[in-house]
Amino acid sequence: MRIKLEKRTVVPKWMVVVVSILSVLLSLPVIAVIFKLKGVDPILAYKKIFTGAFGSTYGLSETVVKAIPLILCGVGLAIPFRALIWNIGAEGQLLIGAIVSTGIALKFPDWPAYILLPTMFIVGFIGGAVWGMIPGFLRAKLRANEVITTLMLNYIAYKLLEYLVYGPWKGKEEWGFPYTSKFSPSAQLPRLFNTRIHYPTLILGLVLAILTYILIYRTKWGYEIRVVGENPEAANYAGISHLKVILLVMALSGGFAGLAGVGEVAGIQHRLRLGISPGYGYTAIIVAWLGRLHPLAIVLTSLLFGGLLVGGDMIQVALGLPFAAIDIFNGVILFFVLAGDFIMKYKIRILR
Amino acid sequence: MVKEKGETPVVQMKGITKRFPGVLANDYIDFEVRKGEVHALLGENGAGKTTLMNILYGIYRPDEGEIYIRGKKVEIRSPKDAIKLGIGMVHQHFMLVYPHTVAENVALGLKGASLVNPTKSVEKMIREFGEKYGLKVDPNARIWQLSVGEQQRVEIIKALCRGAEVLILDEPTSVLTPGETKELFKILRAMAKEGKSIIFISHKLDEVMEVSDRVTVLRKGRVVVTKKTSETNKVELARMMVGREVIFRIKRETVEKGRVVLQVENLHALNDKGLLALKGVTFNVKEGEILGIAGVAGNGQRELVEVITGLRKATKGRVIIMGEDVTNKSPREIAEKKVAHIPEERIRMGLVPNMSVAENLILKRYREPTFSRGLMLDKEKIEEFAKELVKKYEIMTPSIHTPAKLLSGGNIQRLILARELSGSPKLIVAAHPTYGLDVAATEYIRKLLLEQKKKGAAVLLVSEDLEEIMELSDRIAVMFEGEVMGIVDAEKASIEEIGLMMAGVKRR
Repeated sequence: MRIKLEKRTVVPKWMVVVVSILSVLLSLPVIAVIFKLKGVDPILAYKKIFTGAFGSTYGLSETVVKAIPLILCGVGLAIPFRALIWNIGAEGQLLIGAIVSTGIALKFPDWPAYILLPTMFIVGFIGGAVWGMIPGFLRAKLRANEVITTLMLNYIAYKLLEYLVYGPWKGKEEWGFPYTSKFSPSAQLPRLFNTRIHYPTLILGLVLAILTYILIYRTKWGYEIRVVGENPEAANYAGISHLKVILLVMALSGGFAGLAGVGEVAGIQHRLRLGISPGYGYTAIIVAWLGRLHPLAIVLTSLLFGGLLVGGDMIQVALGLPFAAIDIFNGVILFFVLAGDFIMKYKIRILR
Repeated sequence: MVKEKGETPVVQMKGITKRFPGVLANDYIDFEVRKGEVHALLGENGAGKTTLMNILYGIYRPDEGEIYIRGKKVEIRSPKDAIKLGIGMVHQHFMLVYPHTVAENVALGLKGASLVNPTKSVEKMIREFGEKYGLKVDPNARIWQLSVGEQQRVEIIKALCRGAEVLILDEPTSVLTPGETKELFKILRAMAKEGKSIIFISHKLDEVMEVSDRVTVLRKGRVVVTKKTSETNKVELARMMVGREVIFRIKRETVEKGRVVLQVENLHALNDKGLLALKGVTFNVKEGEILGIAGVAGNGQRELVEVITGLRKATKGRVIIMGEDVTNKSPREIAEKKVAHIPEERIRMGLVPNMSVAENLILKRYREPTFSRGLMLDKEKIEEFAKELVKKYEIMTPSIHTPAKLLSGGNIQRLILARELSGSPKLIVAAHPTYGLDVAATEYIRKLLLEQKKKGAAVLLVSEDLEEIMELSDRIAVMFEGEVMGIVDAEKASIEEIGLMMAGVKRR
């Protein structure tokens, strides 16, 4: 008896959906084993996570709060991933967006909100875009592997943030904490009722998800991105500039992540500090992949992972698990998502 | 066939038949190899050489036919079975782990290598083979440090360590420099002398003449002949390889030739290995003319096409299209000069397999204002255009939204031609346009090219199919080792004369 793999020629749409949902569901029993080994009742833990994330207005609102940066980063990542450019640097691009917009907020605290906030978003976008284009340029011109360079730039961005909040930007009235001064009210995003949902960023994320969908499927740029991703040789043959496509996808992806960074400082923290992101840029990779790089599906997967982050907080408090427990979720789900990819690409046949 | 010394051949393949969808790759092939001989398997691309050897090595199963090894009937289900029977194969693309050493690569998966410190015994074996056959390579060198020729030796050593008595080499010289080729031939001769049997797949006549004891010529999946190399010559082999049946010509209409469209002057370019593949090619093609480029594959045709279409840089010389110097311009700039390119590897280069027929039809033209409003693509216009082309070029597809990869080979080629010809090109560069297609598709595509010529386009037709070249071209340029051996008038040319030039004998 032999097991043979056959490439599928067509993957039906229902299969994509079913496999994606199954990859999340199937990961649950595996994670349960890990909980069990830690002496925690997995059913209880799942219950806590679910009710924590979706069971109350507060939980739900926090889930949305965490989903906002995931939507922006995840939708952004779907663009280079389509072109087979592996941007692992959304985290760093987010931080740069936060840093440069903070620079504006601190420098011009007296500008009215309707000028200051849009400026912060624009500058944050540009900052993230430039941070993304650096590895893009290195990839196109010097063939430097973007997985490595984007990842390394994350650390540089983080160190830059550290330097600024411990050094020149350290707030005078913060009693020595590594925080910048609090933003002036006009640099703070409005929130929905008494939640922390900074809705302008949420709306921005949803609009960009729709625009990205249009970009990919309805525009010349999207066409080029898809051709490069599907068959780079055909792209070359068709005269599509590789440099242009790489810079474009990295700029958009970095820019979107930069916007997420602006949202975090202007909407949540109201200052720049360490730990403004619990790894949104990394989680967004799984979010984008589980959403099969479809911008609208990514909105849904962002909510799911936003919920996981909130639920993770919950079990940390309720069950005394380390916060890193949630990383296990991310990791195991990613494995199942990748396995699901394989199942979709190949038919497994058993021959005798 | 009279057997020498009445000895049983090491390998006997009888009545081997293998069908692929739409292609009869091997048609009742009889093939045998004796102990201690270098047996060349000669034929054009697509003649069925590699298929036959993949059957012997267990990669494919034959639909019909039997295989005997040392007189015993066997079934070879996988390469593992083949290795057990003492058959080894060196593929065109090496299967080596680059960061590892030679010894580690040889030990990898080797039965009989000791569990602890497996490279120790292997190193000894490598040194022994090195001395015995001249297969010199340092067992402790890492693969990436080695030249291609040395890497190939590692592959040969791997096969020998697994007990290969019969060694199949698939176009082994295609990656080698002339010097490395000489070295390889010495090794092959040494191994044959020690009683190994070697099957040497090639389409290069010189090499077959130089290294082999016997040669089997395949053509279109059939054996043309098996004979002693000493009893034949290059010209005869060339003729057998490309086919000797009477060439019936389509009535070739001569069209008024106009201005020079493509002018190539003293063109030089390197191949992927960094070796000089074009050594001063000069010719021109006029409006209303088809210039055929004949030659055995691998003599610079691919590089020539790529330089003209902007996919490869010229190191010297000029390409002039419609009086304008376009040397080393980008593929886009050249395409915008109304240059159509029907690429050699149509699926790898000419198609985006996962995208729809409609999206593939605009691959070269999506930038045009006809198909877009600003940044947005005009879906309606594109679909209208696609429907029109599908109808005009009779592309058989369930719908214009079907992924292009689901189309048959002939329809994929129709799609590419539809796209390339839709822009009313001034110059058409067609590389092996009918390669692998069935008769109907072949006829259709030839008809299209002749139509374009009548409309006043200049056509550069690269083909290994000599019949096709003779049938379609007005003039024929023959390439050999990166040079044009001569340019002849198709009306006056004889297949013998062209065959001689293909074998590297200059016309004058």
